Amino acid sequence: MAYTITVNGARRTVDVDAETPLLWVLRDELGLKGTKFGCGMSFCGACTVHLNGKPTRSCITPISNVGDAVITTIEGIDASEVGRRVKAAWLALDVMQCGYCQSGQVLAATALLTRTPRPTDSDIDQAMSGNLCRCATYTRIRAAIKQAAGLPTTDTREV
Amino acid sequence: MARTSRVLPGSEPGTPLDSSRRAFLSASLAAGGGLLLTVGVPAIAQASLESSHALEPPMRLGAYILIARDGLVTIMARSPDMGQGMKTTLPMIIADELDVPWTSVHVETAPVNPALYGMQFSYGSLNTPLQYDPMRRAGAAGRQMMLTAATRLWHVPASECETDQGVVHHRASRRRAGYGELAGRAARLPAPDLLTVPLKDPKDYKIIGHFTPQVDGPRVLAGEPLFGIDQSVPGMLYAVYEKAPVFGSRALSANLDVIKAQPGVRDAFIIHGNAAETMSAGLVDGVAIVAERWYQANRALELLQVRWEQREVSQQATTVFDRQAASLADKAPREILRHDGEVDQAFDSAAKIVEASYAYPFLAHATLEPMNCTAWAKPDGSVEIWAPSQAPTAALMLVARTLKLDPAKVTVHMTRVGGGFGRRGDNDYVVEAAAISQRIGKPVKLLWNRRQDIQHDFYRPAGYNHFRGALDAKGTLVGFTDHFVTFRHGAEVARCAELPLDMFPAGFVPHLQFGQTMIELGAPTGHWRDPNYNGLAFAFESFIDEIAHAGGRDPLALRLELYGSPRVIPASPSHRPGLHIPPFDTGRARGVLQLVAEKAGWGKRQLPPRTGMGLAFCYSHFGYVAEVIKASVNERGLPHIHKVWAAVDVGRQIINPAGAYNQAQGAILDGLGSALHQGLTIKDGAVVDTNFDTFGLLRMREAPPVEVHFRITDNPPTGLGEPTLAPAMPALINALFAATGKRIRRLPIDPELLRS
Repeated sequence: MAYTITVNGARRTVDVDAETPLLWVLRDELGLKGTKFGCGMSFCGACTVHLNGKPTRSCITPISNVGDAVITTIEGIDASEVGRRVKAAWLALDVMQCGYCQSGQVLAATALLTRTPRPTDSDIDQAMSGNLCRCATYTRIRAAIKQAAGLPTTDTREV
Repeated sequence: MARTSRVLPGSEPGTPLDSSRRAFLSASLAAGGGLLLTVGVPAIAQASLESSHALEPPMRLGAYILIARDGLVTIMARSPDMGQGMKTTLPMIIADELDVPWTSVHVETAPVNPALYGMQFSYGSLNTPLQYDPMRRAGAAGRQMMLTAATRLWHVPASECETDQGVVHHRASRRRAGYGELAGRAARLPAPDLLTVPLKDPKDYKIIGHFTPQVDGPRVLAGEPLFGIDQSVPGMLYAVYEKAPVFGSRALSANLDVIKAQPGVRDAFIIHGNAAETMSAGLVDGVAIVAERWYQANRALELLQVRWEQREVSQQATTVFDRQAASLADKAPREILRHDGEVDQAFDSAAKIVEASYAYPFLAHATLEPMNCTAWAKPDGSVEIWAPSQAPTAALMLVARTLKLDPAKVTVHMTRVGGGFGRRGDNDYVVEAAAISQRIGKPVKLLWNRRQDIQHDFYRPAGYNHFRGALDAKGTLVGFTDHFVTFRHGAEVARCAELPLDMFPAGFVPHLQFGQTMIELGAPTGHWRDPNYNGLAFAFESFIDEIAHAGGRDPLALRLELYGSPRVIPASPSHRPGLHIPPFDTGRARGVLQLVAEKAGWGKRQLPPRTGMGLAFCYSHFGYVAEVIKASVNERGLPHIHKVWAAVDVGRQIINPAGAYNQAQGAILDGLGSALHQGLTIKDGAVVDTNFDTFGLLRMREAPPVEVHFRITDNPPTGLGEPTLAPAMPALINALFAATGKRIRRLPIDPELLRS
């Protein structure tokens, strides 16, 4: 069945079964490989994209549920000023290790900072705890979010 | 071994190869599985390269360096990068000795080519110790060729020329030539002798030792298709491969006609492999489903019904292993691995005996990128492979052997690797993809789903330690025994289920015995980050803490007392054939213990109720690491980790601080996540867990601040992928004891045991 969706500002039409998850439409129909498959059940967050700016697990989102929602993936995150700041902080602090979860992390962080420009540690915990990093780069993810927000990056949580 | 000594000299110029260095190198050699450490610099390129200079090919200086006319330097990254940073770190070393600015360097992934690069792999924290010196010499040889080319051009003595950031200068005549201008001449010169090529004084390093972000960072965040799972080949189909829940069972039949009728499915078939390779990561029986899209193959999999052969191991279960181990604990071990002094007398005359049993579980690797591989068996009999493997040369050989091909017919491309942790040192998924492609005659991408990834791993083996410690009237540890209940495959101890004979306190207690009894295991085991210490350090370092408290000692003071004065203790022969452990330097152990104590304020803090600090040390993968954790426990028993301090000695040079701190912090958090959340259940012969709901990873809200301090000592640089992991678990357990007076002796931590 044909679906027309809006991805990173462009209208794209795909012909797939109704239950096909958005993740596989992005990756294998549209060739946008930046969104990753981790668990297939929304446990890990590697497949995070924005639907109308809201972090969404594309691995459990059927294409038939997407409708008119505006989809943003890592390939299109530069379109937002916050997204550009987040990416710049990520690269300056060399956050990633293997990098596989990082597109999901950047999407989650961009949504956080768009909503909460000066997040507390507790805001960060809440917004980011659904995105697993198997390399456990959490120390630098936290610092990069603060840097992108223009906050001091030193970890001042209780010692 | 003689060859190794010849081609890999001591790591500083003019330093004769001392015996410890030689032992160290040959140790690494054996652990790496028979490496061919060719660091030669062939004058003419043999490999075909994915070069970015199509119009005017750059000049090649040896296996690692290409220089274009415009001065752009391309450096080949020889080892897989799964986040430990080798695509950046190793080229940094070359670039520094070559004396070019890092901004002029472009890094490319090297082809998998045993003739040019020997064995290519990333595991065992071995790239730094094995490659630091060869990479320096490869870069220095390139620099030497530039100097020679310039002196011949200008007819001046080499002693009057120098290099500076990609330019050769003859100061006397104010002549200068960029490397790009000289590259054509340099490439025709014979390679200099790598043994004698002059190396930089490390104080002159301009790249090594400086924070250098990963070269792939911008591309990863642009969503470029770098990982194995991202590879595409025209006409490619997608596959899943279902293996028996009970490891190694043969596939007898399957409802293939039903599967073939599912949407998008192009083919479904049984592959018969070699059950004897179940434990060694070869091709074993399974059912392949090939479809136009992976999602379709994975959907059809839900309908698959397979009749598997019944096997004896279908009775195995983790609960049964626990019962067996408990009944064996206080019986005599089947074999004695090490016996020092008069153990029975020491216990007979002890003032106090401490006794405890520890258990740690099976673990999956759960790399976030599931196992996958793209393979294309072509009509001419050749096979091309794109693999996110930690051991691509081994993958090439496995495919050639299994499919009965000339290795020259197999090409393997290294992709970026979405997490390794040792899992991808095994190449079962690679040979599966190749076999499926060969069967269908088309390119195929095999991708495992998360259930398959967790249920067909090479697991960190569980293990059980029953300890006894004998204290004299002054509280000094005089006797120590361990009955280690571990696992075997047939007659042999399972992979990574061995007890290293130098495990502390061995060598530092006069009367000591390590005994072992093995239980038959029907599940594959393998290298999980920081083997074998990732489980053993939890048990040993927690029990050392118990001994300290029983003897009225501070845990730091007890360790310093046992290690004694700074000295080098020769390693005892290991029962793992070919594995030589370098001598243990008590001074380095003391150094990191004292440093971490100082940084953490050990023994000097006033702590609130139900809050405590724990200390642990481990020497593994050539690294000396001590860690302190501060943690508290609430009334419901839930631990909260406030902070981790680590002191780390990996020698005289931190090559890339960007990667070094990230690795050290990540491995510590990895250890903590494991201690808090991870333990696989095996039942009816199969792994029960299927996803991150029961096999948990650490989350952001649980990740404490981690403060890492490197203690620089004049020793060969060694790796950081692993050694900070193991001490994190016992440091946490010891902190929880300090906070609550309750001792956790089984992982993962059960908060019920910590309730107030």
